[in-house]
Amino acid sequence: MSHYFVLAGILIVVIGFALRLNPMLVVTVAALATGLISGKGPVEVISLFGKAFNDNRIIAIVWIVLPVIGLLERYGLQQRAAAVIRAMKAATVGRLLIVYLLARQGTAALGLISIAGHPQTVRPLVAPMALAAAEKEHGPLDPETEDKVKSYAAATDNVGVFFGEDIFIAIGSIILIQQTLATYGYTLAPFELAIWAIPTAIAAFLIHSARLLLLDRRLSTGKPFGLSLSKPPSSSATARGKESPSTGSGRTEGEP
Amino acid sequence: MITMQWAYSLAGLMFAAFAILSALDGANARRFGNAAFWGLMALSLIAGSRLSDFANGLLVLGLAGLGGFNLLGRSAPPSTTEAERTAWSERLGNRLFLPALIIPATALIGTLVYNYTPLGQQGLIEAKRETYIFLCLGALIAVGVLYAWLRSPAAAPLQEGRRLIDAIGWAAVLPQLLAALGAVFAAAGVGTVIGEGARAVIPEGSVFLTVLVFGLGMAAFTMIMGNAFAAFPVMATAIGVPILIQAYHGDPAVVGAIGMLAGFCGTLMTPMAANFNLVPAALLELKDQNGVIKAQVGTAIPLLAVNILLIYFLAFR
Repeated sequence: MSHYFVLAGILIVVIGFALRLNPMLVVTVAALATGLISGKGPVEVISLFGKAFNDNRIIAIVWIVLPVIGLLERYGLQQRAAAVIRAMKAATVGRLLIVYLLARQGTAALGLISIAGHPQTVRPLVAPMALAAAEKEHGPLDPETEDKVKSYAAATDNVGVFFGEDIFIAIGSIILIQQTLATYGYTLAPFELAIWAIPTAIAAFLIHSARLLLLDRRLSTGKPFGLSLSKPPSSSATARGKESPSTGSGRTEGEP
Repeated sequence: MITMQWAYSLAGLMFAAFAILSALDGANARRFGNAAFWGLMALSLIAGSRLSDFANGLLVLGLAGLGGFNLLGRSAPPSTTEAERTAWSERLGNRLFLPALIIPATALIGTLVYNYTPLGQQGLIEAKRETYIFLCLGALIAVGVLYAWLRSPAAAPLQEGRRLIDAIGWAAVLPQLLAALGAVFAAAGVGTVIGEGARAVIPEGSVFLTVLVFGLGMAAFTMIMGNAFAAFPVMATAIGVPILIQAYHGDPAVVGAIGMLAGFCGTLMTPMAANFNLVPAALLELKDQNGVIKAQVGTAIPLLAVNILLIYFLAFR
């Protein structure tokens, strides 16, 4: 029975996240508690934690793009991305994000995971483009709608990469499946596994695209996502849109 | 040979610059908190493999303490105003997209050329890591091009980078901390206990209910661990291999491949997958840190149902 006590760490994580305590503290306390409960000494637990952190430094590499993204923002990249979308008559949030979803799934299926992502493409390009498209459909956005559109931009990147990458044979998760099954005597070629990722990839595209089109419909009916917006008359909406062409796209980095 | 350490050192030097610029930033009341935090990241990236495991552990506790007790402040390094940006955007036009494409283009072309020409057989780059190396190379080229084209102030790339990293704050380090938590969970045997628990709830003789528990178990355990990689070996050992494949003769390729994808549906729904869910919320400056998760749940749940049905119909043809 006592071996169930190692689950205390999970309990700490669940409670900590539910109470919105600082995740850095929650995760650290959960790790130390789990290690100590499993019978390891404090030095051993801290060493284990430190070694695992060091082994996962590859996660930090993506931040190398920040100086470039910041520099491009300095010269108006987000404003430019928004201007391009405003010039496209057919562009809507849903259609734009469906195209991005397809591109992300397609490139991920070729193993090209790191060419796009939240710092690389979503913040500088996809989110400002989606906001500009939303303003065309909806008029000026209230903060809740703006956050909703940005959330969908990030979500679309995740869905695209998750349900594209397993079609590529040399991706980590395919290798992990292969190795796990091999220990039980089932030897499978990566190709045999990757092919079974295709039905789910298609389903992911259809389900998420349908939701993106629903988002379009909700934006075009002008229903606010928050409670605060009273919809301005359409004439004043266009006028305001012209006066401040960068509303929304520029607001993302407004320093308070 | 170009190893990942080259990339770590480059990123480490960038974080070291963030730390120094933070320390000199008189406008930020918590500047030494920021300097210490990014300084520890720099130390980890540059010298982590030369430190003992225990020293790395103390380094992590330092990061957790600084981030956890809110000792970091949001900085406002010198940048352009909204109006200046609009003016630049109009002046430079769509040419502004070209430097933005340098990073993905370098990563893409570099990876393809390295893998499909004899160049890759020279062993110039650490195996399987070439995309990361080309990503770093692309970032360096892009900074060089922007300097040459727009004659940016010398410190601009680092100041602009610091503006973004401070907007993200400690969330930039959380994914790595969660990966370390996963390793401690694994060493403590959490997976074995969860696997036993999942097996205990399976009713005998029903293939469909077993598939259902397997799929839901993959998603739920992925939500707890923050990634499907930690969940897959546990659920495969507990249910996938002994019951679905051995007892009910399911196709191992389908059970493995789609089982993993059922786990990915869990990744869409958990704050534990910080790099996919919490980091973008910080990066896009959303008011709700769970905003991205909320936008994903509506895709994740139906897709999880589809995955469970796919395993049931395709593995037991």
